[in-house]
Order: sequence, then C-alpha cells, then structure tokens
Amino acid sequence: MTAARRVAMLKGGGSLERAVSLRSGARAEGALRRLGHDVVAIDAGPDMLEALLRTKPDVAFVALHGRDGEDGTVQGLLEAIDLPYTGSDPGACMRCTDKALAKHLMREAGIPTPTWSAFLESAVKELGVAAALPVFGRKLGFPMVVKPASSGSALGVKFARESDELPGAIVGALSYDRKVVLERYVEGRDLAVSVLDAETAGGEPLALPVIEAIPREEEFYNYEARYEIGMTTFVCPAELPDGVAERAQELALRVYRLLGCHGVARVDLMLDEQVDELTVLETNVVPGLTETSLLPMAADAAGVYFDELIARVLGSAFTR
Amino acid sequence: MDRPIGGASGGRRARPTAHELARYEALFATRTRGMKSSAMREMMALTERPDVISLAGGLPDTSTFSPELYAMLMSRVAASSTARALQYGPTDGMAATVECIVEVMAAEGTAIDPGEVIVTTGGQQVIDLVCKTLIDPGDVIVAEAPTYPGAVPTFSAYQAEVEQIEMDADGMPIDELEATLDRLQAEGRRPKFIYTIPNFQNPGGVTMSLARRRRLIGVAHERELLSLEDNPYGLLRYEGEPLPTLYSLDAEVAGAGGAADLVIYLGTFSKILSPGLRLGWAVAPRPVLEKLSLGKQGADLCSSPVTQLFVAEYFQQPAADGRPGWLAYVEQLRDLYRRRRDTMLDALAEHFGDAASWTTPQGGLFVWATLDGRIDTTDLLAQARDSEGVAFVPGRAAYVDGSSGASSMRLNFAGVQEADIREGIARIARTLEPDAGLLGTLMGTSAGARASEQPAGDADDAEGANLADVVELPRRERGVKRRSQDR
Repeated sequence: MTAARRVAMLKGGGSLERAVSLRSGARAEGALRRLGHDVVAIDAGPDMLEALLRTKPDVAFVALHGRDGEDGTVQGLLEAIDLPYTGSDPGACMRCTDKALAKHLMREAGIPTPTWSAFLESAVKELGVAAALPVFGRKLGFPMVVKPASSGSALGVKFARESDELPGAIVGALSYDRKVVLERYVEGRDLAVSVLDAETAGGEPLALPVIEAIPREEEFYNYEARYEIGMTTFVCPAELPDGVAERAQELALRVYRLLGCHGVARVDLMLDEQVDELTVLETNVVPGLTETSLLPMAADAAGVYFDELIARVLGSAFTR
Repeated sequence: MDRPIGGASGGRRARPTAHELARYEALFATRTRGMKSSAMREMMALTERPDVISLAGGLPDTSTFSPELYAMLMSRVAASSTARALQYGPTDGMAATVECIVEVMAAEGTAIDPGEVIVTTGGQQVIDLVCKTLIDPGDVIVAEAPTYPGAVPTFSAYQAEVEQIEMDADGMPIDELEATLDRLQAEGRRPKFIYTIPNFQNPGGVTMSLARRRRLIGVAHERELLSLEDNPYGLLRYEGEPLPTLYSLDAEVAGAGGAADLVIYLGTFSKILSPGLRLGWAVAPRPVLEKLSLGKQGADLCSSPVTQLFVAEYFQQPAADGRPGWLAYVEQLRDLYRRRRDTMLDALAEHFGDAASWTTPQGGLFVWATLDGRIDTTDLLAQARDSEGVAFVPGRAAYVDGSSGASSMRLNFAGVQEADIREGIARIARTLEPDAGLLGTLMGTSAGARASEQPAGDADDAEGANLADVVELPRRERGVKRRSQDR
C-alpha cells in the first residue's frame, strides 16, 4: 500500500488546541516523509482552501484538533472539493464533538454514560434555566462537572462543588461553546481506549490496549497534564481487575461503531470501582499524535509503531 | 482480519513512543515535574495575531528609541572596541557597565559599592541565580500575591514552596508577613527569602508604603532573613514622591558604609532602555554576591559584552540640554507612559464602571483589574480572543497554585498606543457584558457587579481592611479529586 502520495498535512488552525495540533502535525509529517510521501504542510488559516486547490494533493491528513478540524467543518469542505481525507466524516465528527448529542446517542443505544443535562446559552435567558438549577443539583449531585459541549481541551471544564458555584461554572463553559453540559461526577479511574480501523475496507476495527491516566498531583486531569511529559503517569496497558480491560475495549468499539467513526478515534471512559461500572465520557475523532499523546502510546503497546500508525491512518482515507 | 500487528517492515520505523516516553521520564530530573506549561499559557501564545490588541505583554515601547542613535552607538562600539565586544567578558560584568549601574542606582536614591554589583543577563537571571544560590528543594520563598508571573516558573524549577501574601493598596501587609513567618516557624520551615516588587508591583500595580518598607527591613533583621527587592520600574514613576529602596533602608540600618546586609537588589535596563539588550544586575552582600557569581559562571560565563559596551557608550551621551541622555530618555518614557496609564484608567472607568475594580498605579507598566468573583478571566480570554480580538494576562498566572486570582487580569498600558488601549478596554468590556448578563440571569439578580474603585491606601493600621477592594481574595478551586484514595 506504499504508493508514494502527495499528502496535505492540515495542522495548526485557529482553535485553542493549535499548539498541540502543530506538534501532532509536525510529528506525523516526519513519519509520512519517512514513508516516502511528498508532504505539503498547511497551517489551516484563511488560505487553506486556496493552498489545497493550488497544490493539488492526493489526500489530506487531518491533524487539526478542536474547532473546525474536529467538528466536521474541515471534513465537509474537503468533501466539497473531492479530496480524500483521513479520519471520520462530517456526520461522525458532529456526533462525537457535540458531547450532548453523543450522550443521547449512547443512552439510546444502552451504552452507559454519566447522567447529564445540557442546554444552549439562549435557554438561560429565553427559557429561564435559572429556575431549574436546584433540580440539576438534586439530580446530578455535587460536585458536578460543568463543561462546554464541544471543547476538546480541559479549558472551561470546571467542578461545581456546591450550588453557589454553578452559575460561574456555566458562564465559564459558555465562553467556549454555545452549549453547556452538566454531568454527574464519576469518582474513579480515567481510562482511554483508542480504536484503529482495519487496513482494508470492511475489516473489523481494532481496540488498542487500555491506557490509564494517573495525575501525579491531586488535581483535575487537566489539559496541561494531558500533553506535557511528567504531569501525569500513563500506564499502558492499564493494570485493571480481570475482565475490565476487555469490557472497556468492547465498549469503545461499540461507541466507535455507534457514532460512525472512521480511521481512528479515542474513547475516554471512567471506571467506578465501587460499583464496578464503566461509563463513557466522550469520543475524540482527531486524537493527539504528539510524543506524549495517548493514541501513539496505545498503538505502540500493540506493536504498531508510530510510522505504521501514521501509514494506517493515512490508509483510512481510501477505505471509506 | 487485520494483518498481524507489529509486522511493519523494520527500516522505516520511528522510535517507539511508549519506550521513548519511559526512557526520557527516567532521565528527567525530579525538579522538571514542577516545570509546567499550561493551557492558559498556550492560549496566550495564540493571541499573538495582528488583529488582536494585546494588553498582555510586559513590554516597554522600544519604538521610541532613535534608530540613528542606535546606529551611532553601535558604530562607536565598533570603532573603539570591536575586539572586546566580540570577546568573552568578566563574569561579574564590565567596569564601564557597572559605572552606568552606579549612576542608575544613584538616580534611584541609592548609593552602592561598585564592588557589590554583578551584571546579569536580564533581571530574570537574578531571580534564577538567587534561587540557585539559596533554594534547596522544599525551601520556602515568601512572595506577594499576586506575584510576577515570570518568577513562578523559576520558583517551581527550583522546587521552592511559595507562600503568597495578599497585598492591599500599600503592598504586602507586614502583619500578614509576620503571621506567615510565625506559622512557618511553628511548622519547622524556614523561608530563605522574601521576594517583593515594592514599586508599581507587577502585576498588582501597587506600591509598598514607606512605613511598610521600614517594617519589612525591621522584620528581616529580627529574623535574619534575606529579601530580594525586584525594582525594574522605580524610575518610571508618573506621580507622587519616590520612596527609598529597601536596599538603602537596609543600608541605613546596617550602617556598614552604605552597603545593605540583608537585601539583594535586582535592577534592569529592560524598562528604562531596552529589554533586547538582556542586561540587568544584582547588588548583594559580598558573601551572597560570590555565590551568585559562581552560579553565573555555570549559567553563561558572562553577559554579552556587545550590549554591555552599547550601554556604556549610551550613558556617555548627553541630551540637548546637557543632562545625561539616558535620564532624558527616561523622562520621555515617563511622559509617554503617564499618558497611556491615564488613558487606560479613563477607559476602565468608562467601560467597566462598577463591573470591576482596578489599581491606580503611580508608575510602572501595569494595571490589575478584578471582576466579579464568579468570572474566570482565563475563560474570558478565550472568548475575548475569538469574538473581539483582545488579550490580557489572566490573573491565575500570578499565583503559584494556578487557581487563585482567577477573576483578575493584568493589563499593560506602557507598550500600547492610546487608541489601542481605549479600543482594547472597550473590547474586554464588550466580551464581559453578555457574561455578566448570563450570570445575573442565572443568579436571579442583576449582573454581579460589586466592586467599586479602590480606596487610596493609607495608614498601616488599616491593613487588610480594604484588601478585597484592591486585589481579589484567592478563590480556592481545589479541584475535586478524580480518583479514589487507595491508589
């Protein structure tokens, strides 16, 4: 499958995760070059489409995290100009990126996800959400997780420890998105399962070994910890009670299929050991590819080294 | 089915990531765990766009320096000292540069012994060298709250524990300092030094009163405790009478022929001339100075002779009226920055009114503004950058715990044109307005505007009384543990 191709590496962009995206993109670029491909690096800005039309690549490698790159916008534009691209299509991107939508779909499919409520900013003013805050408090309990429906980073994610903290947390989350998700806080272990498509169309996707993220300090598993060496200890494969890893992988595969992901995705879960329950938090359709990202780590543990991982993600552009 | 995993052909394989991680992790020093980058800092990097008005910088305005003068000074350095300029210099600095430093210190009202000066690579290096000299892992540094954001990574890198003391309109309350020192002593912990920016504090914008300066020196002597006096902006005073440096007050007390006993003074050419020169200095008691010098040898051998000679040449220049040219330039900067400060204060009053409180700095580069306690300025920055194109430093950057100060922001007026200051403040206000509206709706009240303009700080005995009006009290967001205790 190693026909040399002209690959447009889409990275950077204007999202809050720009810096991470630049690192992901740069690293994937190196792999693509080693694989013998001709890489055109494009920082996704006002001249992105012009650059794509001018350089006429065979395929686009999407290494954009966050807004535009992960919410289906870029994918939709790539389809419009008939350029094959890596990863999920616009519909799957939208289903995953909107955490409220993803949770509805999971609940309908019987996939456990923490109880939540979600509403648009407009509802605060036009529908009087304030009156329901005590209800949310009773149903979801405190502490409560308050997060923007679509943010890929931990920016804007807050704990409200009591009802007094809810308004501020909601306003904070609404700084990043028009929609906010209030979610029951699950105390437990942070797990992530990356899923990689089969190399050929029609093959079964593969769940990679489970990773557990253990924050070094007793603080929220935060954005900086995710991307910086040393802030979080990652254990891969995670040391879990019998059968739990298999159940987590099975859940991740179900979510991957349910949401219609393609190529690659990372599913984040919580394990509540008290009640031996796994719940799915969210799915990331453009997982990070940096030196400290979870997808390459999981792939590595499965014997899929970085260049091969990139080769397979690239291949997913042609198996849709 | 997939082909067997791991069957990739060997030659073009990248180095395995997990192995790589584990390998480097095993090699990293323990102290690197304290070296954090943060989402907030990464976001701030994203504000460097041409359409964004940035009130976030710590910058003076270097566009006011004459290019012709710059060219002339450089050519004089070339004509007289090319070989010296291109050579290594003495670790403690070149004599000609030290003479300039003595001149600047005299302008600050502080007599020093040239033998107690070390020229450094920016004032930042002094902070680093002082930590290198004094801090073992776990040692305590007492700092103001908020404190200089650029000192936070340095303190962290040396694994210092930092105790921050909330300031009021007169700077660090000494009663609080003493209480903190007592508590530390009771806990068997001894602070190594007190870090303070007494003039127009960065980011707080407040100035430590004379009474507190004297008390601070008194406390330092009682307890045999060093202070690091960080004074980058002392000469950039726009109103009021200059106050004596801690260094000079200490020298009075010590009576040791003009030299201080327990104060390490940090100065810099960055704000009165140029940060691009990367030249600062420390004045320190000799035993401390020796250690700083050894530390500097290991760090960079010497600061750049090119820029040291540039400074020496520059200080030779008289202004048109016969005064030293550098002082005339500082005077010019003062006029410029005073106008910009006034513009910012007017804009804040016009656009924020009751929705915020802010400090009225008598000098320096920064105003510190505090919003309703429920607004997180990191979130506000994310929004402001997207919707309005304006940037500032979120208050959290000035707290070592990374979560206090969440409702405050640091605003730079010195490096920004007046029109941009007005527009920038208006943009922040426009970003804030819907948030305040939402909050009000969610709280079932009118928008949470609470704070009023800061009262002028006065007598020391009022310490703490007006604290909440000046600097937001820390809101502890301890972050709920996300995992059970047993692992």
